[in-house]
Amino acid sequence: MLAALIIVFREVFEAGLIVGIVLAVTGSVPHRNRWIGGGVLAGALAACIVAAFTGALSQLFAGMGQELFNAAILGVAVVMLTWHNVWMAHHGREMAGELRQVGQAVADGSKSLLALAVVVGVAVLREGSEVALFLYGVAASDGGSALSLAIGGFTGLVLGAGVCLLTYFGLMRIPARALFATTTALITLLAAGMATQAVAFLERANWLTSLDTVVWDTGWLLPENGIAGRTLHTLIGYTDQPTEMQLVVYAAVLLATFMLMRLTGSQATDRAVAVG
Amino acid sequence: MLAVPMMTRLTLAAAVCGIAMLQAAPSRAQQATEIRLTYSNGQFQPSQVSAPADKPISFRVKNLDAKAMEFESTSLRVEKVVAAGTEGVINVRALKPGRYEFYDDFNDKARGALTVQ
Repeated sequence: MLAALIIVFREVFEAGLIVGIVLAVTGSVPHRNRWIGGGVLAGALAACIVAAFTGALSQLFAGMGQELFNAAILGVAVVMLTWHNVWMAHHGREMAGELRQVGQAVADGSKSLLALAVVVGVAVLREGSEVALFLYGVAASDGGSALSLAIGGFTGLVLGAGVCLLTYFGLMRIPARALFATTTALITLLAAGMATQAVAFLERANWLTSLDTVVWDTGWLLPENGIAGRTLHTLIGYTDQPTEMQLVVYAAVLLATFMLMRLTGSQATDRAVAVG
Repeated sequence: MLAVPMMTRLTLAAAVCGIAMLQAAPSRAQQATEIRLTYSNGQFQPSQVSAPADKPISFRVKNLDAKAMEFESTSLRVEKVVAAGTEGVINVRALKPGRYEFYDDFNDKARGALTVQ
C-alpha cells in the first residue's frame, strides 16, 4: 500500500504544483475553474488513452516513440506558457486599467485561458499515464492486495491534490501587486524547465547529439530524485547533470520570453499613450 | 479490389521509410553496446550486466509479464515505461567505469546493476 501511495503521489505531485500555479495565475479571470477543470479532465482522459496504447507508442520511431511524444507535448506546453506571458505583457496593463470593454477582455482572457488549460492538460497527461499504467497493473493482478494498493493509490492522489491547494493558497498570500510579477517569473522558469526536459528526451532518443556533454554534477548536493530536487525540477527545471544543450536551451527560452515581453509590452504602452 | 493496391502502396511506403531510417542512423547503432534484458515474474534476467566504458549503451528490455514495468535508473538518468509483452529500447550516453543500479519503478523488488569497466 505504501509503495502505491509513494508512486502515485510522486507523479501527482508534479502535476499538482503546475495546476496550483496556473490557478494562482488565473486568480481573477472569470470562468477559469471551468477551463482548468476541463484541462485536468482532458489530461486525465488522454492519460488513460496514452496508457492503453503505450506499447504501440513505444514501437514508433525505432522504439523512441515515447521519448519523442514526451518531447513534443513538452514543446507544446513551452509555447503555450511563453505565449501566455507575452499576451499578459501586452494586455495585462490595459485590463488592469479597465481601458478595455469587459466583453473584449473576457474574450481575450479566455484565449489565454485556453493556452493555460492546454498546459494543465499536458501536465496531467504526462504524470497521469504512468499512474494509469501502474494502477491498471495492480487491478490486473491478484484481487487480495489490489484493494490495499488501490487505497494507497487514492491516498497518493488526495495528497497530490493537497500539494496543488498548498501551492495555490501559498501564492495567493502574495499581495496582488506583486503576484503578477511573481507568476510571470514562475511561468517563465516553468517554460524554460520544460524546454530542458524536452531536450533530455530528444537526447535519449538520439535525435539531439550535439553539445551533449554533462557540464556539472550536483547530485551529491541536491539529488534530482529527492523531494527538494523534484520540486525544483518541476518548478525551474533543475537537473543534477545538465548537458550543454540543456543550458543553452534554458537560457534561450528565458531570453526569448524577456525580449518578446519587452517588445509587446512597450507596444501596448505606446498605444495607451497615443489613445490618452 | 481497392484494398490490394492500397496495401501495396502502404508496404512500399513503409519499406521506403525503413530504408531511409536505416541509412539515417547507422553510425550510432554501430557504436552503441547493446544489452539485452528480459523481465519476467517481477525479475530482470540477467540482473547483473557489464559494458565497456566510454561507449554509448543501448538497453533492450523485453517485458514478458502481463503488467507494464518502468525501467528506471537514477545514476543512468533513464526512465521508460515498457508495456506488457513489448520490448523497450533505452539509450544511455557513454559512461565512466563504475556500478550503475537499475530497477523497476513499479516494483521495488526487481533490481539489477550494470558494471562499466
